[in-house]
Amino acid sequence: MREIKSKGKRHVIVTGLLAAVSLALVLGGCAQNSPAASPSASPASGASSSESGSEIKVGILHSLSGTMAISEVSVKDAEMMAIEEINAKGGVLGKKLVPVTEDGASDWPTFAEKARKLLSEDKVATVFGGWTSSSRKAMLPVFEELNGLLWYPVQYEGLESSPNIFYTGATTNQQIVPAVDWLLENRGKKVYLLGSDYVFPRTANKIIKAQLEAKGGELAGEEYTPLGHTDYTTIISKIMAAKPDIVFNTLNGDSNVAFFKQLKDAGISSADLTTLSVSVAEEEIRGIGADVLAGHLAAWNYYQTTDTPENKAFVEAYKGKYGADRVTADPIEAGYAAVYLWAAAVEKAGSTDVDKVKEAAKELEWAAPEGKVKIDGETQHLYKTVRIAEVQADGQFKELWNSGEPVKPDPYLKSYTWAAGLSSGS
Amino acid sequence: MKVLQRASASRYGLATAYLLAAALLAAAPLFTSDFRLNLLAKFLAFAIAAVGLDLLWGYTGILSLGHGVFFGLGGYAMAMHLKLQASGGKLPDFMEWSGLSKLPWFWTLFQSFGMSVILGIAIPSLVALFLGYFTFRNRIRGVYFTILTQALVVISVTLITGQQAFTGGTNGITGYGELFGYSLAAPEMKIALYYVTAAVLVVVLLLSRFLVKSRFGKVLRAVRDGENRVRFLGYNPAKFQMAVFVLSAAFSGIAGMLFVLHVGIISPSMMGIVPSIEMVLWVAIGGRGTLIGAALGALLMNGAKSVFSETYPEIWLFFMGALFIVTTVFLPRGIVGLVADGWHRLRLLGRRRKGVPEHERSRYSAV
Repeated sequence: MREIKSKGKRHVIVTGLLAAVSLALVLGGCAQNSPAASPSASPASGASSSESGSEIKVGILHSLSGTMAISEVSVKDAEMMAIEEINAKGGVLGKKLVPVTEDGASDWPTFAEKARKLLSEDKVATVFGGWTSSSRKAMLPVFEELNGLLWYPVQYEGLESSPNIFYTGATTNQQIVPAVDWLLENRGKKVYLLGSDYVFPRTANKIIKAQLEAKGGELAGEEYTPLGHTDYTTIISKIMAAKPDIVFNTLNGDSNVAFFKQLKDAGISSADLTTLSVSVAEEEIRGIGADVLAGHLAAWNYYQTTDTPENKAFVEAYKGKYGADRVTADPIEAGYAAVYLWAAAVEKAGSTDVDKVKEAAKELEWAAPEGKVKIDGETQHLYKTVRIAEVQADGQFKELWNSGEPVKPDPYLKSYTWAAGLSSGS
Repeated sequence: MKVLQRASASRYGLATAYLLAAALLAAAPLFTSDFRLNLLAKFLAFAIAAVGLDLLWGYTGILSLGHGVFFGLGGYAMAMHLKLQASGGKLPDFMEWSGLSKLPWFWTLFQSFGMSVILGIAIPSLVALFLGYFTFRNRIRGVYFTILTQALVVISVTLITGQQAFTGGTNGITGYGELFGYSLAAPEMKIALYYVTAAVLVVVLLLSRFLVKSRFGKVLRAVRDGENRVRFLGYNPAKFQMAVFVLSAAFSGIAGMLFVLHVGIISPSMMGIVPSIEMVLWVAIGGRGTLIGAALGALLMNGAKSVFSETYPEIWLFFMGALFIVTTVFLPRGIVGLVADGWHRLRLLGRRRKGVPEHERSRYSAV
């Protein structure tokens, strides 16, 4: 008896809560459909349905939760800022851009699901998104199947050129290959390769090894650690025993924090052992600590300190909007550039139709914060200027070298004789 | 006499509900978009795994936090087959990146679809049998068993992530689009796959129901409620525990295979600790020990996840968290428990005036 009585009270609470939750669901459902005329459920409706009246819907698909959120949220912020700026100037084709944001949740199948949702439910004109190669590989089949358009903003391992993806980050010949050339010329021949165990470091190091062999470099050692690995004391002793001139670092995420802090704890300064990283940018320096990283090197196409008038305006706008403590970095700039490049291509095509936009995007030029960029029609990658820089005590980079002019993207390294055989079958 | 009539009346009610659910499932392709149907199909695949887990946890009292592994193993079996088809005789792309020049021997087993399906069920079953043999026979149970299943998750994820050349590493296996030469993206194919999944779910539910009602099911519940008594009565509980563990692993494997057909990717993150715990939550929220509740829980939780994350992409996790807390605190017997209580209370209200014996009323309050 007692139990039934107390349950009666509980029942009221439960019903109330359930009602609240279902109300939230219903409201959410309405809110979702209200901004634009709700997309028709019929899968056969045309590609132009992303333009409804005076609006164009665009998708933003980054990890807003999970391990990748810390990196990807900044890129999302830059993309949102570009959309706002474009809207403030009158939009694209006289229409306002309406972003539809989805959370990839640092989970590759979720990226695929949300990409499918953006394309087939929201019928967005294009999607800006992704960070990890894994997320791009997961989304790629969806974009090819539904003939969508993805703008991917992060440097990656190359060996890919999907007709439905524009790559606004560097491919290997715009970051890794010139960095190794520069190191061999300026810092010595003995190179130690350290990376996280996944596709980017594996592929990058495969390329570097071929390059070292062709150019008279010497491989001092090669080590991979699982993603998220945080104990580097053994590896640091191994590296010190091998006495390399330089460590080429392709570690990712938290591993960088651990590696550099343990390096410092072991009393090894950047003068004793210099590293060149390809995944450490301004944002990561904030996390690791400028004092730990000072003197180490990085290779990117853009730094917050890159000296162009466009960059001055970009950094100012970004800090003004999101706070003076925020920093810009290469992928953030590449995400920002992607939105502008897409908008320019749409203006040129006079339509958001994917095939027409792709056609119009060929050889399109834009003065980006990083300097002049141009879309290579053949590979849908960007011509980008390569820059090598050193971390300063204030957490910013000082540029040591740049390629002078934008380098033509070559994701399959076809123009490098020593790279023949690396991309066979791809 | 009156009691009998009432029982049959509620049985009719239940039968109508089931028929209605079946009709809804069958008619879903008529009123959902391609994308939603694809999602629903994925949820149905999850429901299959949930039913298997319910047999294990709800009926036998064994809590496994490692079913993501069995789900993943099934998924990998199917993905390997699809990847081989997509590579068309060449080496799959990730092997190329990782420096392999020849297809590893165990991959060749997955050339045939039939063999892949068999392995997609057999491998999870064998792993479960292996783990079950060494634990249940040694009378390892309760929380110790649960910890072992978590260890299984960690080992499997580390192994698959580390062996990039053979498994695709963190990326998982993706980049395929054809089954038997037909595009998985074609709307007809999607509808066909949806019906296959729905049919498998119905078969799994009926089979589980049959098992639960049978003598086997009675022993399972007896093992849950008093393992030692069962042993003293002359049964060997380990055998029953192993059998149900293997069966639920097989269900998870089947679910994983169907998942890959709908989603087009399998990665180690799908077999990690979080998905494994999520599976248990589906069962808990639906109502454990009810079979249909497990399936409903999987559908509702995943539906809620999709709706919340689409509507509030920045804060959806808070909603999911709130949902978990609310259901565990206020609905210890899950959604099905709530419905059953509500139904029971309604009948009580109607009958109280007529005077119903006390034992009738408290029938539903026992967990």
